[in-house]
Amino acid sequence: MTLMALLGDYTLQNVALGALFLGLISGVLGSFAVLRKQSLLGDTLSHAALPGICLGFIVTGARHMGSLLLGALFTGTLAALLVMALTRYSRLKTDAALGIVLSTFFALGVVLLSYIQGTGNAAQGGLDAFLFGQAAATLRSDLWVMAAITAIALTLVGLCWKEFKLVCFDPGFASTQGLPVLLLETVLTVMIALAVVVGLQMVGVVLMAAMIIAPAVAARQWSRRLEVMVPLAAVFGMVAGLSGALASTLGRGLATGPLIIIVVSLLVLASLLFAPGRGLVWSWLLRLRQRRELHHQHVLTTLHRLASRHDDHAFYAEQGLLEGVHGTAVRPALKVLAQRGMVTLSTQASRQPRYWQLTLEGQQEAERILTALERGGANS
Amino acid sequence: MMAWLDDPGTVIMVVGALVGMASTLVGTFLVLRGTSMLADAISHSIVFGIVVVWLVAHVQSGPLQIFGAALTGILTVFLTQALIHSKRVKQDAAIGLVFPLLFSVGVLLLNLYAGNVHIDTHTVLLGEIGFVWLDTVTLGGVDVPQALLAMGGMTLINAVFVGLFFKELKLATFDEALARALGFAPGLLFYGLLFLTSGTAVAAFDAVGAVLFVAFVIVIPASAYLLTDSVVRMLGYGMVMSVVASVAGYALAVRWDVSIGGMMAVMTGIFLLLAFLIGPRHGVVAQVLVRRGQRGLNETRTLAVHLYNHEDSHAQQEENVVKALREHLHWSDGRARQVILRGLDQGYITQAGQMLNLTATGRALAMELLNAHERGR
Repeated sequence: MTLMALLGDYTLQNVALGALFLGLISGVLGSFAVLRKQSLLGDTLSHAALPGICLGFIVTGARHMGSLLLGALFTGTLAALLVMALTRYSRLKTDAALGIVLSTFFALGVVLLSYIQGTGNAAQGGLDAFLFGQAAATLRSDLWVMAAITAIALTLVGLCWKEFKLVCFDPGFASTQGLPVLLLETVLTVMIALAVVVGLQMVGVVLMAAMIIAPAVAARQWSRRLEVMVPLAAVFGMVAGLSGALASTLGRGLATGPLIIIVVSLLVLASLLFAPGRGLVWSWLLRLRQRRELHHQHVLTTLHRLASRHDDHAFYAEQGLLEGVHGTAVRPALKVLAQRGMVTLSTQASRQPRYWQLTLEGQQEAERILTALERGGANS
Repeated sequence: MMAWLDDPGTVIMVVGALVGMASTLVGTFLVLRGTSMLADAISHSIVFGIVVVWLVAHVQSGPLQIFGAALTGILTVFLTQALIHSKRVKQDAAIGLVFPLLFSVGVLLLNLYAGNVHIDTHTVLLGEIGFVWLDTVTLGGVDVPQALLAMGGMTLINAVFVGLFFKELKLATFDEALARALGFAPGLLFYGLLFLTSGTAVAAFDAVGAVLFVAFVIVIPASAYLLTDSVVRMLGYGMVMSVVASVAGYALAVRWDVSIGGMMAVMTGIFLLLAFLIGPRHGVVAQVLVRRGQRGLNETRTLAVHLYNHEDSHAQQEENVVKALREHLHWSDGRARQVILRGLDQGYITQAGQMLNLTATGRALAMELLNAHERGR
């Protein structure tokens, strides 16, 4: 298939659109979850959606996107409230509460799923596809539901932007300003359940956790401003969704959900390594440069000390002596220092071994370093 | 003697109970350390390990498989720690980044080599404890189910580990700094614990899959934690709950014709709910009762002090009457009546018409409070 034929493909259009919606909503809402240190709530809520899907099916007896998602939203919200109740009214820690709700709700979903399969309802086919998602089976009608949910969530975020921002960064201050913090936090949590609902069709309940976390973490590396981070997370989410959906058309057995997760993980890795300012590569390079600079200063002060010990500012130090002090790494250091005009090789070029001498500039630089060192030592 | 091995139901229940026991042994310390979600991460990422071990060594059970696949669990923990140490990602987000990736790669490999691998993506998540008795190996002339051997072995190994390092584990769990200062290498111990958790997850994989395992490793110890403060008792309760969850889950699953593993995990959830609601001391109901009892005691004390203050004073006729409680202590009629009845019952006061008088014990109660107050100054 050529690219144009690929883009004209009806199923692929649906999958691509669905992936875009998923990336958009999970990137935006995930940003708030990650900033509020509630990343794993997405994991719990997505697992907790399974019994809801089954309940929706049992009640309506058909595979209607709307009713299934309503069920998922219901159990997802219930799960979020249970996590809050367990952490507030028992001595369990948050992570235990998350794990408990995640596994027991999922178990309930498994039981309901097996019950449905036992009843032999012909429409049940593909219900367990929600475990891993079933992007290829996305219908136009599903897309409308996903679009509506995304629109609702984005509108809410747009309307309550300032409030959400304050609740994320300083809930204490938010409540002194008279904001209903508990309500806002509940709304943010329920909206994560909304994002999960959109993702169920695309990536399934198990991998949804990564869609909440990964785009937000990647975007966080690039900016410290929420106004930049949230749109960027949405873009990362959409890029991952789209490329995962496209990549899955390349061959049989390439499931969309796992591919989307792999792409988004690569985005996170690239951001962690190369994001300007925060990127690990840049800080490694910076540390390397600093270490080298420190070594140069060491060599310079050694030469200076040797000179002052001999009361001869034009003292020639033998390279072997310097190597004895600093190791053979002194050779490149001397070369760099010579380029900067801090040291010079003995003018008698024929002399072997080599002898090094501080220039006037090098002498001043060494004195500057030593006085700075002394002052720092005195201060501390 | 080995006849029970031929009964599928018994084998299933025993395997279920062993999954619970082996998980409880390690899960207890994970829950106490506040690292429950690592168990969730591990149980997902061993899927990757199981597929890779199969593709490389073509084994799908036995010690080599458990050991090899369990390494992925350790890899997960290591990568998560590395992310946290980079200071670019918070702990919770780091966990949620690593395991979905490993899980995704595992599932993709599974799909690509579907013809060769014995597991399909469905069993990855759910396991199939209902079929564990089919896959047997011959041991000393007896056909023993593979899963029974694996889970029995893991239970034994975990028990030996916990038994040998019980003191060290306890110390490292409750006071990591002290454990480090005493030279117990809590980090190494922790990795050992997580390695055994991974091994248990691999061994339990065929039976309960990746997600239901989390119920056994977190929910059972968490329920036990709500019931007791002692680690030994936590482990003991966990064992009992494992057996009950397995037996009851199996019975209900057969009765309703639903997933056996799922039902066993649901049972653990019911235990947790019960412990949360009606557990002694820490349960919600117990807390409400304690609070109510304290409020009652407080009211009785207030009444006693009020009566004591005006005893033998000229205002006694005015203050120490039922009516005054409403005006001076701002109690409603109903509340005042309750407090008076309780005070009469407990022998702190006597009533003569409208007048309320302190008994000797009532006076002692008031003075005890007032003296404590004086000392407090």
